[in-house]
Amino acid sequence: MEKQTPGGRPYKVIGTRPIRHDGEDKVTGRAQSGADISFRDQLYGKVLRSPHPHARIVSIDASKALAMPGVEAVITGAELPQPHDRMFLSGEGGVENFRYVNDRVLASGKALFEGHPIAAVAAKDIWTAEEAVKAIEVTYEVLPAVTDVLKAMQPDAPLLHEEITTETLGEKKKESTNVCRHTQHKRGDVDQGFSAADVVIEREFTTSTVHQGYIEPHNATALYRSDGQITIWTSTQAPFWVRRDVAELLELPLSTIKVVPLEIGGGFGGKIAVYLEPLAVLLSKKTGKPVKLVMNRQEVFLATGPASSTATRIKIGVKKDGTITAAAAHLVYEAGAFPSNWAVMGSMCVLAPYKMETLLIDAFDVLTNTPKVMAYRAPSSPQAIFGVESVLDEIALELGMDPLELRMKNAVEEGDRRADGPKFPRIGLKETIQAAMDSEHYKSPAPSGPNQSRAVAVGFWFNAGLQSSATVGINMDGTASVVTGSVDIGGSRASMAMMAAEALGLKAEEVRPSVADTDAIGHTDVTGGSRTTFATGMAVYEACQDVLGQLKKRVATLWELPEEEIEFDGSAFQHADNGKDPMTVKELGAKLTATGGPVMGHSSVAPTGVGASFGVHIADVEVDPETGKVTVLRYTVVQDVGQAIHPSYVEGQMQGGAVQGIGWALNEEYVRNDEGKMMNPSFLDYRVPTMLDVPSIETILVEVPNPGHPYGVRGVGETPIVPPLGTLHNAIARAVGVRMRSLPMSPPKLSAALQAKGLEAIAAPTP
Amino acid sequence: MKPLEYHAPGALDDAVRLSAEAGASPLAGGTDLIVQHRMGRVEVAHMVDLKKIPELNVLEFDKKSGLRLGAAVPCAALAECEPIGRLYPSLLEGAELIGSTQIQSRASVGGNLCNGSPAADTICALIVLDAVCVIQGANGSREVAAKDFMTGPGETALNKGELLVEIRVPPPAPLSGNGYLRFIPRNEMDIAVVCVAAHLVFDKDRETCLDAKIAVGAAAPTPLLVEQAGRALIGSKLDEPALKAAAQAASKAVRPIDDARGTAEYRRHMAGVLTRRAVGMAVNRFKESG
Repeated sequence: MEKQTPGGRPYKVIGTRPIRHDGEDKVTGRAQSGADISFRDQLYGKVLRSPHPHARIVSIDASKALAMPGVEAVITGAELPQPHDRMFLSGEGGVENFRYVNDRVLASGKALFEGHPIAAVAAKDIWTAEEAVKAIEVTYEVLPAVTDVLKAMQPDAPLLHEEITTETLGEKKKESTNVCRHTQHKRGDVDQGFSAADVVIEREFTTSTVHQGYIEPHNATALYRSDGQITIWTSTQAPFWVRRDVAELLELPLSTIKVVPLEIGGGFGGKIAVYLEPLAVLLSKKTGKPVKLVMNRQEVFLATGPASSTATRIKIGVKKDGTITAAAAHLVYEAGAFPSNWAVMGSMCVLAPYKMETLLIDAFDVLTNTPKVMAYRAPSSPQAIFGVESVLDEIALELGMDPLELRMKNAVEEGDRRADGPKFPRIGLKETIQAAMDSEHYKSPAPSGPNQSRAVAVGFWFNAGLQSSATVGINMDGTASVVTGSVDIGGSRASMAMMAAEALGLKAEEVRPSVADTDAIGHTDVTGGSRTTFATGMAVYEACQDVLGQLKKRVATLWELPEEEIEFDGSAFQHADNGKDPMTVKELGAKLTATGGPVMGHSSVAPTGVGASFGVHIADVEVDPETGKVTVLRYTVVQDVGQAIHPSYVEGQMQGGAVQGIGWALNEEYVRNDEGKMMNPSFLDYRVPTMLDVPSIETILVEVPNPGHPYGVRGVGETPIVPPLGTLHNAIARAVGVRMRSLPMSPPKLSAALQAKGLEAIAAPTP
Repeated sequence: MKPLEYHAPGALDDAVRLSAEAGASPLAGGTDLIVQHRMGRVEVAHMVDLKKIPELNVLEFDKKSGLRLGAAVPCAALAECEPIGRLYPSLLEGAELIGSTQIQSRASVGGNLCNGSPAADTICALIVLDAVCVIQGANGSREVAAKDFMTGPGETALNKGELLVEIRVPPPAPLSGNGYLRFIPRNEMDIAVVCVAAHLVFDKDRETCLDAKIAVGAAAPTPLLVEQAGRALIGSKLDEPALKAAAQAASKAVRPIDDARGTAEYRRHMAGVLTRRAVGMAVNRFKESG
């Protein structure tokens, strides 16, 4: 594995661990988040939300609310421009229709999920706004609701959208249904593949709806000036997409809108879509004052995008030596109340880690009376791969084979194809499996106490490319500033500064990174899809090359030599014949004015050389057979991370992803009552792991550089949420002999399964 | 949220008078009340802060009469009061499970009781320790046993205008041990799915159980003193049949519901599991006490 710059030099900055540039502000609480912004004449908004998961809106009467002192405006769905069909690229690469964004932002006709916005008010303070919302009278005709994906597929299920029919293999069917899309991938004759197998195992799995669980609730503040110019301050992963979405929804030119991204308290894919921004703009337009809306936690749970619940069926056939001959996957994904592509994404991930001659994947996106599913860290991959990794674990036991050997035998490598077609470039799955095999954790004796065991699972995520812009300016003292349009969620300021420092021969501390608003930098897509360090990093690299090209001209002027005879060697400009003392970028700063003025480089990129990332997780667990509670004794994340720019933040991503996956596996779920209402919309009862619930997550960085990036960068943030579901499932199964095949494996469920099995059987586990 | 008035009387009589007003609600730490008010679950027009009243801030121990715990004393103060951890470990265990360290600096045992939650972390210990709640009203004071203090979910023996002033806990018998534990799916920041306190008194042989009290919380509309579970242990040497009988009695006595925190079936099962474990804790405490 080469670890060097494109010029073949060892890294000086990349791979080190400087203190992050935004660290102090974030640690001291000085950083300005979305809800921190305030204006002198600001109004406060509040959203009226449907208490019913499914209801026809018969009438809305806001007269009493409008009559309240301090209430300045009320808006309803009737005030949005008429919805129209227009397709757009949404989070993580799916294509969606604006018609349904319109309807999601403010209901028209029907409330389609509990928490669906019905109206919004603006008032002089938040207390008045809250009381005003209560004073709006809405008459609902309550309709039967369906929140379970399999029930929603039944012919007699309540229909969410009359106009929707199944789009199957590119064709639209006639009858109305909740199944909005059927996707299929085929390779070879899968029946023949299964008949060639010595062992075939087929199992069914379910997972529950889970939420991203970011700490900071959604917020938006907007000012609609009398000259028609709009500014939106918000916490978002995608300021340019907020601008696009608001412009589209309100039928305004892009150029009238400026979006200022403030510091964001977590997103994980859940802060890509607009929720409050269009409402804040409409309320500001009506009142002429800035209007601020901030959700509470209940609103976040009820009305922002969770990840799909799923029902899957996985069948895998292998030869006695472990070679996979065939696999079939049947995937059903909760779409929420509006059409989604999450099953499509699942179909692209489900079998991605393994080679096989034959396969068949059928995936169904199903509408339910639940909030529209949004991206959540490697969206759709965890649920799909969970089943595959569990079946492989059973196969390994059946064959008496080491579970990592089985994976190694079938692991994809460069040149292999994904089920949906694309060929893998250089990837590091085999290196990652080998690193897991060689790890101290895996080599150490597995825990052997009662109800303890160890297991593994693999994870995969494509990572995204999309578009990014960056500028790099050289200051008059030779230091640099880097400006990008990528919101910093996971330490990207530090990575951008380090890549620029590496390119320019500066120290990380000599580069000042910042995030610009939509007026101050070229178009930049979402911070998501693990694309920022890769794609925006590439824009920064290219902008630095632009700078170096300009500086070379200045050096040529100073040295009175032809440009061609001057080289930048990563530290300084050199003369080919060593006729001059080397000159660093730092030294050039003071000479800029005399040689033609300031220097700034810029670049906009849409890179295609995206590098996928694979991970292997190892978990040791202990189950309390009486309570059904699982303790994670030890946990290691092994991952191909390409070249780690700032290893600490790569490790942080791996640890954070693993913890979210552990929560998903063990306790997190939307608990719904018979009417389809969520019973646990709080952090008290929606149980994300606390720091006392997980061990210190160990990390092993496998660095297989991505040839598609000058510094070998692969996205790293998403893959680590994928393996924990299978890893913990398999570890529990091996510890107590019960395969749950249903998430979360919460104490009541696991305890019931153990009791059903009989306590005497627990003493001698037979997984 | 509607505006409200905040009162902070320094005298108990004033507090009693203010609390009798329509829309008035007493406030100790506020860790339940303020959250409920903000979420719109309760409407409060007058918040009567009790933290400035001397009678509600008493925290003292006497070998003969036992512990006096003012209703507004924050949970964090219990750990600072030496005999509590030694003599009433079950009470301290409960108090130290209420929220985080920051919350415990505000939240009080009195408030924990007055909130009326069947899952309250301090009530089961107070029940098995034979605690008494001292209540003050406009017409004087009265006493209610801890086991009778909660009357339903969110409901207590307090009448409108009455305040819980202090909790009195008698000194435990010389040869005894007590313990409290709850089950939560996580390890922190959660509310009991089921909780159990046990208090055991031993004979001079240090093995035979002379008296036993078991209280189970979060598994019925109110915390329960399960007398059958205690009776199953009395006279035994806490052998397997006795423990099994106590666990079964606890599982039988509860009247749990299904909710977001757990199923009724699971709670019934856990009442038995935790009864055994709480008895084990009490035995260990006794043995450790020498």
